[in-house]
Amino acid sequence: MSDNKLNAAQQSGAVQTTGHAWDGDLQEYNNPLPRWWLWCFYGTVVFSVLYWFIYPSWPVGQTWLKGFGKVDYTIVDKKTNKVEEREQRWNTRALLLADLGEAANNEQRKAMLSKVRAASHDQIVKDPKMMEFVRSVGKGLFGDNCAACHGRGGQGVVGMYPNLSDDDWLWGGSMDKIHETLVQGRKGFMPAFEGVLKPEQLDDVAEYALVLSNEAKPSEASERGKEIFQGQIGGCYYCHGADAKGVPSQGAANLTDKIWTIANVPAQKTLQDKKAVLKTLIANGVNNTRIMPAWKGRLNDDDIKLLAVYVQQLGGAK
Amino acid sequence: MTMRHEQVETNSALMLLLILAVISVGGLVEIVPLFSINETIEKVEGVRPNTPLEIRGRDIYIREGCYLCHSQMIRPFRDEWLRYGHYSLAAESQYDHPFQWGSKRTGPDLARVGGKYSNQWHVQHMKAPRSVVPQSIMPNYPWLLTNDLDYSDVADRMRALRVTGVPYSLTQQEYDANVKRFGPTVADQLDISKAEDNLLKEARDKNFDGIPGRVTEMDALVAYLQSLGTMVDFTKYDEGYFATFR
Repeated sequence: MSDNKLNAAQQSGAVQTTGHAWDGDLQEYNNPLPRWWLWCFYGTVVFSVLYWFIYPSWPVGQTWLKGFGKVDYTIVDKKTNKVEEREQRWNTRALLLADLGEAANNEQRKAMLSKVRAASHDQIVKDPKMMEFVRSVGKGLFGDNCAACHGRGGQGVVGMYPNLSDDDWLWGGSMDKIHETLVQGRKGFMPAFEGVLKPEQLDDVAEYALVLSNEAKPSEASERGKEIFQGQIGGCYYCHGADAKGVPSQGAANLTDKIWTIANVPAQKTLQDKKAVLKTLIANGVNNTRIMPAWKGRLNDDDIKLLAVYVQQLGGAK
Repeated sequence: MTMRHEQVETNSALMLLLILAVISVGGLVEIVPLFSINETIEKVEGVRPNTPLEIRGRDIYIREGCYLCHSQMIRPFRDEWLRYGHYSLAAESQYDHPFQWGSKRTGPDLARVGGKYSNQWHVQHMKAPRSVVPQSIMPNYPWLLTNDLDYSDVADRMRALRVTGVPYSLTQQEYDANVKRFGPTVADQLDISKAEDNLLKEARDKNFDGIPGRVTEMDALVAYLQSLGTMVDFTKYDEGYFATFR
């Protein structure tokens, strides 16, 4: 077009102009639209009218034209607990219900889920098919809900979130206990001993704790610490137990193993540093910093059961 | 025909008016009727306006530009349902000015983040996101812990929100209406004359930031985040109920 050559039709004057003239002689051709294009356009106009009747469309006063379109879905009625077939006028929320219903009705999933629902923990763990299902569903649930704190692989963060991939459980590692933890959440607590114990007594108890886990050799200081631990002054045995192996009902840690969930003892190089982090922990205690949210209400019963098995398996399972 | 065309094209003021008239049709048809349609806002229990502390938290959320990466609108799709929970209701953002819907999700949707993590997680995550989520690309916000919260104008902010229709109360009559609508505990939180006391009490009692004796910007932001999406108890409703509103 840049060389302004006109084709035969234009030259002969067969093509009309729009009638405008700018700048004295600048005109604009009025070429007719291609027929096929025009008919498509008319078609869309007709379709739009049909569309108004099938789908929700025009507002009318306090309501709107709701359309004749329908969505069928199946749902478990919350009150009667029965599966119901329902019909709803077309909208995206009803489509979601249909989609969720279809997913729940997927034969394989439904069969596996009802099997898992009915099975005891031992039965699930022993059945490779069921475990495959638990792992595939559990991985997604864990990633969406648990991984932000406990990490993708359940490795946790020392000082903040317990490691779930070892077989050491603060609140008990049985299926029932893990299930309980998920349902109702947990709140870790240890009183602060600053002010209760003198600084040198804190040193002694820290020393004793290191002896308990074989980090240090018994000494006079650790013997004094033991007295505080087992006696009325410290009273540590109330929660950690006289054998210091922890009491799961209190969420109290086992102090005789090498697993540390709050004070990062393994990361410290010298014995002095190890003692220092322990002393800080005993002095400050634990309050409002070790909280596991409750998942009942956010996740349904099936999801919680699947997660409980998944999490227990992460830890190798007792 | 030719003549009228020329009138429009040579008169820029007339052309501007006509353009405005044409492009406002879409808005008029799609938005305005929602104000008169009865089913726009679902009838559910439990949705209340923010407490004074949550208001300041929300202001900080907006100030820090959280909305640039996080939406607060779960759409009715299966994948979102599975990841985030129940889709958002219009009722749940009825007191939001401005609302925080959106489709820009560089980070995850936050419409139901309330109660999902502990306060301590939020504090740690805001201070240094990668210390808890290694693959995160969220920036650090350490100043939230060091900045004391400025709550001097919280009553004015509530007055401004009241003008937009949020039921914060100034008069005894409005207070009584709130008691009827939300119960006495919530109504007290909505009382503008008690705003500062309520804010300090909530921050001290719940100590969101883990620093006793100080009210930081972190207190406010975590209080706000922990409230998101928690007000409606979905176990009380038949799921089909919400589909009847659209």
